[in-house]
Amino acid sequence: LRKNVEDFTGPRERSDLGFVTFDITADILNEKNGLQTFWNKNTLMLFFIFDWNVKQLFLYLSAEYSTKNNALNQVVLWDKIMLRGDNPRLSLKDMKSKYFFFDDGNGLKGNRNITLTLSWNVVPNAGILPLVTGSGHVSVPFPDTYETTKSY
Amino acid sequence: QLYYQVLNFAMIVSSALMIWKGLIVVTGSESPIVVVLSGSMEPAFHRGDLLFLTNFHDDPIRAGEIVVFKVEGRDIPIVHRVIKVHEKGNGNIKFLTKGDNNEVDDRGLYKEGQNWLEKKDVVGRARGFLPYVGMVTIIMNDYPKFKYALLAVMGAYVLLKRES
Repeated sequence: LRKNVEDFTGPRERSDLGFVTFDITADILNEKNGLQTFWNKNTLMLFFIFDWNVKQLFLYLSAEYSTKNNALNQVVLWDKIMLRGDNPRLSLKDMKSKYFFFDDGNGLKGNRNITLTLSWNVVPNAGILPLVTGSGHVSVPFPDTYETTKSY
Repeated sequence: QLYYQVLNFAMIVSSALMIWKGLIVVTGSESPIVVVLSGSMEPAFHRGDLLFLTNFHDDPIRAGEIVVFKVEGRDIPIVHRVIKVHEKGNGNIKFLTKGDNNEVDDRGLYKEGQNWLEKKDVVGRARGFLPYVGMVTIIMNDYPKFKYALLAVMGAYVLLKRES
């Protein structure tokens, strides 16, 4: 999971709105030897299994953090559906978040501890639907000041 | 002989009812098996797929989970994914959902003025699924004649079955 590149906050309708850009590199191999994750120079390499009972993987990047208002907040910033048979190599650079990163209140300003994790939902052809969180995460600190309107 | 057949039939019906009620208790969900009604979660789930749910009270609601919920005042269960969660220290949770195949989040589906869902709106969390099996329910709903025909056939079969 590549570290984010830029982030800044902008106030809108009394709630903090955060902007995060990020890179993701993931390798999905058609190997039947289990799930492996390992670090490679700050890049998290992910090896998924696409076996006969895996119809698709629903990947999503979520930001988790605490604020004064709420003990736990989770916001999905980006997601992707990966079908069995798709190109197994995933390399996205400088992605903007797909969804607006609104906080419920003003908890993003000065928040030093926002954790981005990549998780995925395995959708089988039939059977159990597991939700797996990738090990390893990236911490993103937000600055103490708001940015005046910048084009997104 | 007729008495025996009626008793047999009653036993089948009551065992089915017991199994269903038992499932409700074990999973904690008021409706542990639901049929997917729309294509808003494609390509993961299609209309007619069957979902198995649990709704344990202590299970926290987390981003990425697939939940089945009912909007206040409406009877139709909706199967979508949780994309935002805000939980207070006292356990109070509010969350936002969106269908994988939809462009926008579900705020348009919620009640007038409602921006978030709460635990009480949740019927259950999807834990397992079987494709196509629920199609029977959809066909019976869309074509009520088929439902009556099926009931008639089942009734006739039970009444006419003879012990050899």
